[in-house]
Amino acid sequence: MNRFAELLDRLAYEPGRNNKLRLITNYFRATEDPDRGYALAALTGALSFKHAKPGLIRDLIAGRTDPVLFALSYDYVGDLSETVALMWPKASLPLHNNPPPPTLTEVVTTLRTLGKTELPKQLARWLDELDETGRWALLKLVTGAMRIGISARLAKTAAAALGDKDTHDLELMWPGLAPPYLDLFAWLEGRADKPVNRDPAPFRPVMLAHAIEDTDFANLDASDYIAEWKWDGIRAQAVSGRDQHGNTQVRLYSRSGEDITGSFPDLLPSLRLQDPFAIDGELLVLRDGRVQTFNVLQQRLNRKVVSPKLLKDYPIHLRAYDLLGEGDTDLRELPFAERRERLEAFVSKLNDPRVDLSPTIAFDSWETLRAARADPSPAGAGEDAEAVEGMMLKRRDAPYLPGRPKGQWWKWKRDPHIIDAVLMYAQRGHGKRSSYYSDYTFGVWTNGGDGEQLVPVGKAYFGFTDEELVQIDRFVRRNTTEKFGPVRHVVHEPEQGLVLEVAFEGLARSSRHKSGVAMRFPRINRLRWDKPPREADRLETLERMLKADSAKQAAAVERY
Amino acid sequence: MYELVPKTDLRSAYIPDMRAQDILMPVAAGLCCRPGGFHIDPVRPVERAVITHGHSDHARAGHGAVLATQETLDMMRLRYGDNFARTTQAIAYGEEIRLGDVSVKFHPAGHVLGSAQIAVSCKDIRIVASGDYKDAPDPTCAPFEVVPCDVFITEATFGLPVFHHGLAADEARKLLASVALFPERAHLVGAYSLGKAQRVIALLRAAGYDTPIYLHGAMEKITHYYQSRGIDLGELRSVKGVKKADLAGTITLAPPSATSDIWTRRFPDPVTAFASGWMRVRARARQRGVELPLVISDHADWDGLTATIDATGAGEIWVTHGQEDALVHWCTAKGLAARPLDLVGYGDEDEAEAPGGEGAEA
Repeated sequence: MNRFAELLDRLAYEPGRNNKLRLITNYFRATEDPDRGYALAALTGALSFKHAKPGLIRDLIAGRTDPVLFALSYDYVGDLSETVALMWPKASLPLHNNPPPPTLTEVVTTLRTLGKTELPKQLARWLDELDETGRWALLKLVTGAMRIGISARLAKTAAAALGDKDTHDLELMWPGLAPPYLDLFAWLEGRADKPVNRDPAPFRPVMLAHAIEDTDFANLDASDYIAEWKWDGIRAQAVSGRDQHGNTQVRLYSRSGEDITGSFPDLLPSLRLQDPFAIDGELLVLRDGRVQTFNVLQQRLNRKVVSPKLLKDYPIHLRAYDLLGEGDTDLRELPFAERRERLEAFVSKLNDPRVDLSPTIAFDSWETLRAARADPSPAGAGEDAEAVEGMMLKRRDAPYLPGRPKGQWWKWKRDPHIIDAVLMYAQRGHGKRSSYYSDYTFGVWTNGGDGEQLVPVGKAYFGFTDEELVQIDRFVRRNTTEKFGPVRHVVHEPEQGLVLEVAFEGLARSSRHKSGVAMRFPRINRLRWDKPPREADRLETLERMLKADSAKQAAAVERY
Repeated sequence: MYELVPKTDLRSAYIPDMRAQDILMPVAAGLCCRPGGFHIDPVRPVERAVITHGHSDHARAGHGAVLATQETLDMMRLRYGDNFARTTQAIAYGEEIRLGDVSVKFHPAGHVLGSAQIAVSCKDIRIVASGDYKDAPDPTCAPFEVVPCDVFITEATFGLPVFHHGLAADEARKLLASVALFPERAHLVGAYSLGKAQRVIALLRAAGYDTPIYLHGAMEKITHYYQSRGIDLGELRSVKGVKKADLAGTITLAPPSATSDIWTRRFPDPVTAFASGWMRVRARARQRGVELPLVISDHADWDGLTATIDATGAGEIWVTHGQEDALVHWCTAKGLAARPLDLVGYGDEDEAEAPGGEGAEA
């Protein structure tokens, strides 16, 4: 447990991705089975036990400390687990010898089987045996609140690095693996063959796309790509296979691998085929052959009971855009163009109204495609144009890679939101950027009662190039009006200041922001040195965008 | 409100019914000793100052006469120049001198080189003003000494039971493990330039690290002074003018605020460490953008404070700069008379030091 605690402690402070990887890989190298396997499970969110409630932790500490000292300490530290970890009194010396602190394996396996009533006592025993960092890690683990900025993908990459393997390989086999991953580590260390997945209808980790920026097109050749409409539905994987008794198993998975088969019984008969297959596609509601908007589809989501009326009124449909496996053959290594040909043959042979093919968009240049995106209806989307969210660009030669590989798939949304805002405050960044002012708060104009004023509408810390960062940093340092710790007030007058073109994905109402609106994924799109601040956008512009957005935003919350 | 001391000798001709507050009392300039005619660690210029140690919030320039250890006087001279006071007088640990109606004796405080607790005795009352102190081992200064007394004046910088400093040697090992793991990066250790920096260097040497350690310009004078007092710190180099690539795999000590400054751009992908007792609390470390917090403190932790209070045998505790509330509460629960001493002007050195403006060449 101590080693794992040290790892978590160090990761919690390390901002750099490569450095995090090095720390985790180093841990896997230095730690034995099965501890390292449970650590991998903890980092990938694969552990399952009933989490301890904060109330339990509070009770434990209340019985051991002075309430005034605890209150003062909690007030100072601000985090319950951390306060308890730091304040936990040293155990009174045991009669014979100090028991060794628990291993991670001991903690995880005990928690799996421990009854609710036994938990407080067991937890107290462990807390007695561990040091400050160990106690902190234990409490994070048992309360299920790790929050140390490590994605499952990153942890897997670190494991793969142990055996100089591709993360891709690990992602492919991942759904068939279980903690403590002895077979995986044996393979990574060259002691055993590649683990095999025995699930008859396994989930394949999905391939995701990057949002394309205008500047990206210059480096891309239109003839390398196939374009499809991006439908505003639910990404899903339909998989069929045979279990050891020869029975066909059909499953539907969400993009995160969650089994959603039970929600869509109306689709299953169409998928019950003799031969195994795996389709990547989009779940949509179709009525009379027309794709319905996401708001309509939403009626089918998160339902405990799927009533016959619901099935009739909201008939679900699978729009297929990739074929990952057919028969016993894994197609994922094939180029997309080949998979697409096989998919077309598969869907036409299936000949089922519930399953159709995602149409491609004909284009010979980025200009043609840009026109199609602006007006999808005549470009092939026809009456379904309303349900089109944008476009997907897929490299003809791209294999199907889990995660979000660079340069393979792009999404090109119809309406990227863009406004011109004025830089108001700048804050130091972290890690490599700790000497740069790299976090920017920006605002737009509004009439605030006593005349025109800027109101902050968001904060962004990426989107600019390294060169632009140096330019903004210099601007901030030369135009600071006030300093508050790490934050600088930057001049923002109608005639004086820096205008930032900010791109973002959407807007939502927010009572936490003075402006009343909050942006999703805001980023600096361009620096408008040429533009005086008085010409920046106004809050009313955002209000208008918000109105157009809000219906869709509300719906998206419910999405898988 | 408290019955502060045992009834004193009523035969005293000069000060009848002498109480501790009559010997030492907080005033705007600091802790004032009327019967002795001096102030301890005054924050404003006074006629006669008695100074516990060289940190700038305790040792200020502009007093008439200054009484302190030789090291403290030397440090003040290094910082403020030769004319930092009209006259100075050095006093050794264990030495006792008479000032007015009181006698004053200096005892090691274990805080930094030359740091002292000041015992002020008048009639049969002894008050110890401990200044800043720590009871943990430190090869760069004389070890803390418990001084039995009636009234103990304690600091409370880390006066909350969440502060446990642990073994400083473990933190040095943590730093060295990081240097081994990231040999292509530079390690920048933020540490206050008087005391902390030298202790960190000594800890690294004790852990077996014998390659040259680099210093920010603001550290050099005081560190060389430590060396001149016979403290072995191994080979030290100025970081100024060293090529970026040559700093890979090295350790550099710098004032805390320099570690987030433009100055850091001369280092290859630096790992920012910070040596301070505050690093025990995550939010504090994160606020500063620290990647490698090192819990190394010049102050006593909670257990150190409470154990020291116990050991002095004092029946009355005055608590100053820091988390007074918690420590006063602890004392009261133990049946000790305790009160916060509202002195202003003393801070925590880790939070205070500036490297001399942004972009300063150092």
